[in-house]
Amino acid sequence: MKIHEYQARDLLSRAGVNVPPASVVESAQAAKEAFTKNGFPVQVIKAQVFAGGRGKAGFVKLVKSADEAYQAADFMLKNRMISVQTGPEGIAVKKLLIAAAVDIAHEYYVGLVLDRAKSGVTVMASAEGGVEIETVAEKNPAAIIRHTMHPTIGLMPFEARNIALAIGLSGKQAAVTADILLKLSRFFVQYDCSIAEINPLVLTKTGEIMAIDAKLNFDDNAIFRHADLLAMKDDSETDPLEVRAAAANLNYIKLDGDIACLVNGAGLAMSTMDVIGLHGGKPANFLDVGGGVKKEGAIEAFRILLSDKKVRGILVNIFGGIARCDLIAEALIQAGKEVGFKVPVVVRLEGTNVDKAREMLAGARGELPTLQSATDLNDAARKIVAAAAA
Amino acid sequence: MSILVNKNTRVICQGITGSGGGAFHTKGCLDYGTQMVGGTSPGKGGTKDANGLPVFDTVEQAVRATGATATMIFVPPPFAADAICEAAAAGIKLIVAITEGIPVLDMVKAKAYLASFGDQVVLVGPNCPGVITPGECKIGIMPGYIHQPPTAGKKNVGIVSRSGTLTYEAVWQSTQMGWAQSTCVGIGGDPVKGLEFIDVIRMFQNDPATDAIIMIGEIGGTAEEQAADFIKKHVTKPVAGFIAGRTAPPGKRMGHAGAIISGGEGTAESKIAAMRSAGVIVADSPADMGKALVQAAQ
Repeated sequence: MKIHEYQARDLLSRAGVNVPPASVVESAQAAKEAFTKNGFPVQVIKAQVFAGGRGKAGFVKLVKSADEAYQAADFMLKNRMISVQTGPEGIAVKKLLIAAAVDIAHEYYVGLVLDRAKSGVTVMASAEGGVEIETVAEKNPAAIIRHTMHPTIGLMPFEARNIALAIGLSGKQAAVTADILLKLSRFFVQYDCSIAEINPLVLTKTGEIMAIDAKLNFDDNAIFRHADLLAMKDDSETDPLEVRAAAANLNYIKLDGDIACLVNGAGLAMSTMDVIGLHGGKPANFLDVGGGVKKEGAIEAFRILLSDKKVRGILVNIFGGIARCDLIAEALIQAGKEVGFKVPVVVRLEGTNVDKAREMLAGARGELPTLQSATDLNDAARKIVAAAAA
Repeated sequence: MSILVNKNTRVICQGITGSGGGAFHTKGCLDYGTQMVGGTSPGKGGTKDANGLPVFDTVEQAVRATGATATMIFVPPPFAADAICEAAAAGIKLIVAITEGIPVLDMVKAKAYLASFGDQVVLVGPNCPGVITPGECKIGIMPGYIHQPPTAGKKNVGIVSRSGTLTYEAVWQSTQMGWAQSTCVGIGGDPVKGLEFIDVIRMFQNDPATDAIIMIGEIGGTAEEQAADFIKKHVTKPVAGFIAGRTAPPGKRMGHAGAIISGGEGTAESKIAAMRSAGVIVADSPADMGKALVQAAQ
């Protein structure tokens, strides 16, 4: 789960990390008033969106007066932000962060991330802050200090001090940075983060250490034990079909293509997308209905797939273990009755109760006029790609 | 023979009475011929589960009473990591954790705890379909009937996979190609887990009953690359494989908690390239895993 910059700032600030004074506003007038109230000569206005590429898209602006603040805020709230990550339709901006701009002497990076290869949590720090850490990792890996925390003790004060010194800080600034690392590491564990990054962590010209931007992602598997985090969730940038699917306990991700798929099992679902691609088609979605799917869940899954206007064909691929082929067949027939399949449907079934399912489908030509059966996945992909293109 | 489980393995089910499917899948294992000998559910000790098996409050009690050396865990996510640790402490040798949705930092701690038992304890999973040695023992949720037990005149393939239903595809295809399966191990879809590809492949290489290996991976992490390196240096048996997620967009969690491409790492292309350079025959289509096996074994 992601949260916005202003929420991350707030959480870290309450955990004791130093951040520049700021306010969150939702109108140009409020931005103007906030500028005056903040009382700093130069301030920065930042659109609060998940999508990256804000700076390049003109949605991060330095302002030097209340009027400039008004104009910048007005622009950002009235125009959709379009960047490489948003797609051509762009996204609407509802909230802005207006913060004191600081005079930067140096930008650092500090962060913690789940490290799968080590089955632990790794602290990373670098004197090359202000750019994506992946870029530094590619161009100058020696510039990144890495330390995997003890799995139960966590980061120890002497380790935090070593890291602060290793990225070139000294004296009081090293002590403050070490303290930030400790607080960030405790926060990470307490809140079940998957990523906790401060980039940049800035040394100002007046010698202070401040977190200018922060990114906090949380383990979806752990949200159940963080009601306060769940309350911060913002689905406004999530595709509405994905939100609807999540409510029905369906694992659905919308993609760009026009061939929808419905599968049981995440690996098989990814493979089904792949085999469509292999045969010249483009998958419209990822959908794992899961093993224990019930009839209602499967019908809702079909409804969601058919709600995507781009969809020109559906591939149903079920290898029934726990999932039952006859249940899927029943749901397909029911969906055919209720919603009507105008697009071609190719069904490939194996496993539990497959013979019963095949019988049911053979007898449902009325509800499913566009239905074709397939023997294996290559056959299924070939058929649906051809039918969708017809 | 084969690895991890056989007809003598005695198995309990942790979470046997809960809503996670413990009793239902225990029945599936019983029907297959597995020696399911009891289960645990704190507070329900002294009762019997839906299958008539004895239920205990603790794993320690269950082990003492039944002599079980393996466990199948269906305990819900908030308590599952604790259940894994409890099993290790009670002397269980093989822990098969089926549960999906365990907080990853809980698994980081559980793995650290398990490390103190050294090679006395093996963890498979979590978020996995389980382990099956066809004809002998099934610990998990896979459909037993699709598997081909060792048969005269047939060679045996060992299968290791991060995905459940995709494994069933490989089992199905290899059976249609005239092979039997020695053992199938689902290592699961989570980012922090017990056995990794490299561990299971090492076991298959050392198993006289396994003639060839299929490894089924997916996007996320670098376990397949590490396994490929091991294969290059230490594996003499034929290896075929498949990697799911070539069409997955970066940054999105594709169902499995561990199936995510992040920071440019964990792409299908990287894994396929590493495996091919180690001599693994990697199928381009999930429908061609059986063909890849035949090709590798030529």
